[in-house]
Amino acid sequence: MRDRLATPTQRRAYGRGGINRVTSPWRANTVPYASILLGSLLPIWVLADVMPVVPPLGFLIFLSWRVMRPGLFPLWVGVPLGAFDDLFSGQPFGSAILLWSLTMIALELIETRFPWRGFWQDWFTASLAIILYICAAMVVSGATVTVFMAAAAVPQILFSVLLYPLFARLIAWLDKFRLSRSRRIG
Amino acid sequence: MAPPSSRRSGFSKKQQYSVFTGYLLATLGALVGLGLLAISLWQPSVFQPLRGAAGDAASPVGQATATARAGGNNTWDTLTGYWNAGSQNAELRREVEIARIRLAEAQAVETENRRLKALLGLADEAVEPIVSARLVGSSASSARRFAYIGVGKSDGVTVGMPVHSERGVIGRVLETARASSRVLLLTDSESVLPVRRASDQTVAFAEGRGDGLVRIRLINLGLNPLEIGDVFVTSGAGGYYRPGVAVAVLNEKTSDGGIARLIAEPSATNYISVEPIYEPLAVEASGVREQDELTEAELGE
Repeated sequence: MRDRLATPTQRRAYGRGGINRVTSPWRANTVPYASILLGSLLPIWVLADVMPVVPPLGFLIFLSWRVMRPGLFPLWVGVPLGAFDDLFSGQPFGSAILLWSLTMIALELIETRFPWRGFWQDWFTASLAIILYICAAMVVSGATVTVFMAAAAVPQILFSVLLYPLFARLIAWLDKFRLSRSRRIG
Repeated sequence: MAPPSSRRSGFSKKQQYSVFTGYLLATLGALVGLGLLAISLWQPSVFQPLRGAAGDAASPVGQATATARAGGNNTWDTLTGYWNAGSQNAELRREVEIARIRLAEAQAVETENRRLKALLGLADEAVEPIVSARLVGSSASSARRFAYIGVGKSDGVTVGMPVHSERGVIGRVLETARASSRVLLLTDSESVLPVRRASDQTVAFAEGRGDGLVRIRLINLGLNPLEIGDVFVTSGAGGYYRPGVAVAVLNEKTSDGGIARLIAEPSATNYISVEPIYEPLAVEASGVREQDELTEAELGE
């Protein structure tokens, strides 16, 4: 279920300025999607010839947004965002659509089961999602999975898991920017 | 942190339905993804136009990052050069390395020539590259090893053409779009390249392992004649690559061949050249037709 845009408590918390400022709906609704699309696009410009070195940035940012702001995305959002990711990731088309949709459903179920949570639990959930995602993506990549391939993915997995807190901070900062009261009224 | 209260559906029928619809749509989305995935694993070329358009859009930015990468590589080389003995050290080392590769290739060409002369007086003309370009990107977050180049159909690139750097083979064009192409690198686990030892006629396959090394699998099994440090060059079998281009150096011996390190690292090259398919006829002949049965018309002939 989706959140309403600006609840009254948020209106007071984000940004200084006069009382005639509100959250810009345009900014609030585009920033999360733009950051995810950019994350999907960035790894293509890194030249990795030996093994996967860049964490799946699109998925990491998507996951961080989902964990940080549970009601932000509709449940089916994995389809369009995953489709965009598939165009650039080098995976067969459809793999991110499937895996991102499953991630959305799984996180929703975990959340109904454990409604109260903290940072460490979030990190644990996110790590589990990252590990499962990278392994599943390797299986559906169209290559026969060998021991060497799996071993080559270990640094990427570790890197992604350790990067999650950093991404959580980044998303928190982006969220602040997203909800900052920038639109003048009256 | 407690979940926001707005996320509880409570007794509101409208909210309960919206939660249900959300789950339904997400499951449908996952099923659609599964279907698309099955189609693209079964027929990889179906979504090629989509990916091609995306690649065309992304490659101009890739040109800029490639230039920056080349600059970064050069700066790094210079720095390491100073660290050792001055900036020309790095330059000289690279030259010596290329000279060593060329020596091995020359050795290969020599044996090749001797064999050809023994067969017939076949003249081997120089191959003109189709186009030169930069590597603009790669699938850096995926388990597959693809690279993207900023030239495509409009430059005369077609599927199957070998991609070389100044040091040796990099890979083969897998998909082409209007102004960009996707290259299957030798390190990808689905890449197989027929090679032979530069010093003699020991033929083998160089298969990517997916972790940056290639596995050399000898075709004639028996006593393993390989030695660590052996240079492998393309054999020309299969018709895609011209013979005698450097591929890999043996790093480790195994029972059926060895593990080798690539000579041409894509990340260290500035420019690559796309060359025409060496023997299009051989490629055509080795291909499997869609329907490998004789038609009525063919039977009647």
